[in-house]
Amino acid sequence: MFIRALTLAAALALSPALPLLAVQPDEILSDPALEARARAISRELRCPVCQGEAIDDSNAPVSRDLRLLVRERLLEGDSDEEVLDFIVARYGEFVLFNPRPEGANLLLWAAGPILLLLGGGLAFAYTRRRADAVAAGEAALTPEEEARLKDLV
Amino acid sequence: MIVELGHFALLLALCVALVQTIVPLWGAHTRNAALMAVAEPAAVIQFVLVAASFAALTYAFVVSDFSLLLVVQNSHTLKPMLYKISGVWGNHEGSLLLWVLILALFGACAAWFGNNLPPSLRARVIAVQGSIGVAFMLFMIFTSNPFLRLEIPPLDGQDLNPLLQDPGLAFHPPFLYLGYVGLSMAFSFAVAALIEGRVDAAWGRWVRPWTLAAWVFLTIGIGLGSWWAYYELGWGGFWFWDPVENASFMPWLLSAALLHSAIVVEKRESLKAWTILLAIMAFGFSLIGTFIVRSGVITSVHSFANDPDRGVFILMILGFFTGGALMLFAARAGTMEAKGVFAMVSRESALVANNLLLSVSAFVVFIGTIWPLIAEMFFDRKLSVGEPFFNAAFSPFVVGLAVLLPLGAMMPWKRGDVGRVLRGLMPALVFSVAVGLLVWAMQTERTTLGPIGVMLGLWVLLGALWDLWARTGRGALAGRFARLGRLPRADWGKATAHAGLGVTIFAVSAMLSWKTEDIRVVPEGGSYALGPYEVTLAKVEDVQGPNYYSTMATMEVRRDGALVTTLFPEKRVYPVQAMPTTEAAIDYGFWRDVYLVIGDRQVNGGWAVRSYIEPFANWLWAGILIMSFGGLLSLTDRRYRVAAGAARRASQAAVPAE
Repeated sequence: MFIRALTLAAALALSPALPLLAVQPDEILSDPALEARARAISRELRCPVCQGEAIDDSNAPVSRDLRLLVRERLLEGDSDEEVLDFIVARYGEFVLFNPRPEGANLLLWAAGPILLLLGGGLAFAYTRRRADAVAAGEAALTPEEEARLKDLV
Repeated sequence: MIVELGHFALLLALCVALVQTIVPLWGAHTRNAALMAVAEPAAVIQFVLVAASFAALTYAFVVSDFSLLLVVQNSHTLKPMLYKISGVWGNHEGSLLLWVLILALFGACAAWFGNNLPPSLRARVIAVQGSIGVAFMLFMIFTSNPFLRLEIPPLDGQDLNPLLQDPGLAFHPPFLYLGYVGLSMAFSFAVAALIEGRVDAAWGRWVRPWTLAAWVFLTIGIGLGSWWAYYELGWGGFWFWDPVENASFMPWLLSAALLHSAIVVEKRESLKAWTILLAIMAFGFSLIGTFIVRSGVITSVHSFANDPDRGVFILMILGFFTGGALMLFAARAGTMEAKGVFAMVSRESALVANNLLLSVSAFVVFIGTIWPLIAEMFFDRKLSVGEPFFNAAFSPFVVGLAVLLPLGAMMPWKRGDVGRVLRGLMPALVFSVAVGLLVWAMQTERTTLGPIGVMLGLWVLLGALWDLWARTGRGALAGRFARLGRLPRADWGKATAHAGLGVTIFAVSAMLSWKTEDIRVVPEGGSYALGPYEVTLAKVEDVQGPNYYSTMATMEVRRDGALVTTLFPEKRVYPVQAMPTTEAAIDYGFWRDVYLVIGDRQVNGGWAVRSYIEPFANWLWAGILIMSFGGLLSLTDRRYRVAAGAARRASQAAVPAE
């Protein structure tokens, strides 16, 4: 976050005479349901010229354009998916914070689950080996010992 | 003159670090006690020299010596003294010197507190630590020297970035570095043990305090950064899944895994190879973090350092240390057979599950962070990976961890019984689920995250408390309370840290789910409703600070007509850097923060105002602090304080008895 500040500063320094607020009061739609959808979509859109900021948090003019565009499309009656398609068609998939699970990106989405399965398998095999070592290495308790143990515990 | 002495001290420290690396290693190899003994004074001298160098740089900042390039670029005479000092590490070169200082400090600590280690292991640990110092000092001297002079000094400096002129941020980097660099000790211990060819219970006991300390510092450092982002950036967010944040989060996850697996090595002499690997990876990820922050490869327009030479140098350091350590690991892994045996259901297997979840989640963060790079290099696609991906891909691991934690924490060593543990925890489970359902039914927003967060947080918290209580055994209440006070600090630390995690999980989900936002234009003197409050924009005036101009609003927050608080949100402009910042005004409260931000004057009169109610924000910082405090408690446990020889014998005697 320390570095984030620096990058933010760099982004800000590029356009010195900028407004300080991200989402402006005049952008907000009067229909709260529609505005809520616009917000949800905005969180998935990256400001194309900043350092990994969502367009909602960004002060860059292009982000304002994008925010207005999102709302325009929503007012036209587009679905959330259509709005995203519309913007990706114009600005490229770079603006999507949530990479679409298609093509090579499948690898990104599957990497975690695959590794979890692999690691889980290895961990299971390891634990299993350790458990078998119990059987081999230690003589099991006799029934009397078991009963005594129950008493003690 | 003092600056030259500092520069010279740094060069001398490099020479000492070289001696510290080579002589003790050779001594340990040839069993020469005199050569091995060089390690300690060398480590201490290296620390003293780097400290002198750091002091010289600090002096240059304090007296505003503008013949020094770094001071010109990052300081200004009008800047308050605190920020003159924090400006030392508010830049690439100075922060690197801080990094090396902490590295040398840990090396010196190994010399001061390492009396209980076998001499050859101690010599090797200090030597490996010294070699990391050599690499970073070479890096600093060749690519990022903080002591460069200017031929013609300017009259005044260019000031520190205003966003960094903040008390929270003044202390954020030192803590973060104590954490990052603290992991170098775990690494040095791992490599030294691999060279020795011996990893036993005692090794687990020695390496754990260092990991624990690093983890505590990292937790506080990340917490401070998160808090700073919350109040400074002006929209109440506390975590952005930014590559630089991820760079600190990955080592945190891995060190959390490491300090759990080291317990298994210490108590049960199992998981040895894995623990060594984890120690190497944890520091490896610290180095990867350094690379991400300083090379500018991932976020391409990074201003901290976008010098490709630096990136290549760090990549070489990364390759040398992790690559070398992994090769050593491959050669020696076979010698580290496990001794302890345990059943499928046991504390050991629960800790294996903990390690699996923590390390895979660190990997998910890693792949998400570098995916834009991979996609561009191999698939020619320019894309971004941000919050929505991480929320979706990372959260399941948190859920898994939280569900398993109370069960695993109470599972007996060697062989356990899920039913038995669950029976004890049943009241906690029922209560958490009931409260979660109640919250789900009561909330007006239909989010699932909030109730799930309440349920999991409560489950982890109550589980931790029950764990502690159950350790007092049976019998009369008075006796149990008396025993509670006598429980080892490690037990208290474990319960405290786990409880802190529960509070953190709850607070994060509450803040994400139940935040209230309001953005509008308000005329001076106008009022508006914000949740249960009525906010009045009383006046807006211009104020001058020491090195900035401010537009300050006076805003009154009332509830049912009674004044709750008066807040003064500001909008500042720092003329030297021509940069505006927002200073949100926050009324911190137990249940919620009222968070106000003043924006621009509107053309048709009035001011743009953003207001938020952030529920349970203080719980997040409290949760993080409780976690760190738990780590500290555990660090002060008796078994880390008693002499090693005795401890070793005790541990070997204690294991069969358990």
